Amino acid sequence: MLEKKHLTCIGCPMGCPLELVIVDGKIREITGNECKRGEDYARQEYIDPRRMISTTVSCNAGLWLRLPVKTAEAVPKDKVMAVVETLHTIEIEAPVQMGQVILNDVAETGIAAIATRSMPRSVNL
Amino acid sequence: MKNPLKKKYDVVIVGGGPAGLAAALGAHEAGAEHILVIDREIEAGGILNQCIHSGFGLHYFKEELTGPEYAERFIFSVLSGNVEILTDSYVLDISPDLHLEVISGEYGYLHLQGEAVVLAMGCRERTRGAIRTPGFRPAGVMTAGLAQKMVNMKGLLPGRRIAILGSGDIGLIMARRLILEGCDVVGVYELMPYSNGLTRNVVQCLNDFDIPLHLSTTVAFIHGRDRVERLTIAPVNDQLIPDSSHSWDVDCDTLLLSIGLIPENELSTKLRLRMDPATGGPQVTSTLETSLPGVFACGNVLHVHDIVDFVSEESHRAGRFAADLANGLRRPCDNISLQPGENIASCVPHSLSPDREQIIYLRVKQPIKNCTLTIGHRYEKYFRVLTPSEMIRLTLTPEILDHYFGDNLTIDVRPREVI
Repeated sequence: MLEKKHLTCIGCPMGCPLELVIVDGKIREITGNECKRGEDYARQEYIDPRRMISTTVSCNAGLWLRLPVKTAEAVPKDKVMAVVETLHTIEIEAPVQMGQVILNDVAETGIAAIATRSMPRSVNL
Repeated sequence: MKNPLKKKYDVVIVGGGPAGLAAALGAHEAGAEHILVIDREIEAGGILNQCIHSGFGLHYFKEELTGPEYAERFIFSVLSGNVEILTDSYVLDISPDLHLEVISGEYGYLHLQGEAVVLAMGCRERTRGAIRTPGFRPAGVMTAGLAQKMVNMKGLLPGRRIAILGSGDIGLIMARRLILEGCDVVGVYELMPYSNGLTRNVVQCLNDFDIPLHLSTTVAFIHGRDRVERLTIAPVNDQLIPDSSHSWDVDCDTLLLSIGLIPENELSTKLRLRMDPATGGPQVTSTLETSLPGVFACGNVLHVHDIVDFVSEESHRAGRFAADLANGLRRPCDNISLQPGENIASCVPHSLSPDREQIIYLRVKQPIKNCTLTIGHRYEKYFRVLTPSEMIRLTLTPEILDHYFGDNLTIDVRPREVI
């Protein structure tokens, strides 16, 4: 059976409109992408959609009350809410370095959450 | 107290966001010795610090970064170039001889002199007042960027049940952000028949979470005396007039506005710089110098960009040119006037020189499919689709520019003729 599936690439701000030709559940052809990233995205999105997640965790004694974090890799799309809810239970103490691992395995994805900025201690303590 | 400030700098940069930081780096690389960046926040980085989502840096760093990561990389390079960053400080006034009045949390009231000044103040969000939405004036109406700062830096939620007016990128990003924070997002309402944000943000921020995007609609009335309680939503006709006979109500406690950005040009207008009403920023030459010699402008204060990578690229150049001027390098004047033509909303810079390769940025007036962009008679490029929300960046070679010496050069976009 032949079907066509339309996606928009989220690999960069260009947002290429992708067309996938699917034959018997397998990708036969991908068109519409301006670069390799679009093809990779289409393949991944069809087989196992994933998303990068950014959120914040509570931060004690830091310059700001929230420390921004992200998943080190994209996590399965159906785990997005579980990942965020787990991260929202975390409290961390400043100072923090950018890239520091905040949690090793978030919500059984096997993927770590890392700090996306350095957080100095607040000078007003 | 840190090192005492100097009285004189080669290059003084107003604003320590992505534009100011890149300008500082450019000025350092071009050999300026004494560079000062002034920012009103308690740390440099500007709006990047609150943009915790990824999607930055694909052009500039060739990898995908979050806003804070992008900012921190820049701050690191800037500081290792011996640039001074003065935070918690505000430039009150700049005189035409490049004398700056500054008020600083640490140093008090200051006078500084620059050989060159780079304006990098960025932009701010349009508010309810700009579109005069009828209704009461309850708490709970705020710009999307303010909500972003509350949520991502201060740990405060703006409300529980959120409606968003305008589909600019910040509004789309905040729709997803608030869902992840456990809020309900009842819908995004867009006046125009198309989204004003990047397509990928509609896909990954709205579609992923089944948030409805209502095109050609607007908020016709805000209900609630103390706190937002309800909105009347109305479809608009092709003159963008709301049709109240087909309106409906939605319950919510918060209305976020993502209805456009305005370059923050108070200092520029006080300096009486020649402005471009189409961009809201100053007019600049090919070296990004404004109508006042020695004053440069770059980033969102010059024209609103949609990706930070282009802000960095442009501002890096502005910093280099500012340093060149401070070092006494003189260039021949520009001699080509760049004009927006058919379907072009704005273009930057406003004049060009054939002595080197030139980068130009432009926006179209409305979405156009299958069109050809021409610059004069010697440059032609086909586009599948162009929309006002996506800025176009082009480079012109000296060979092309040479033909227009002393002349006007017009940019046009026309739908492709069907044969």
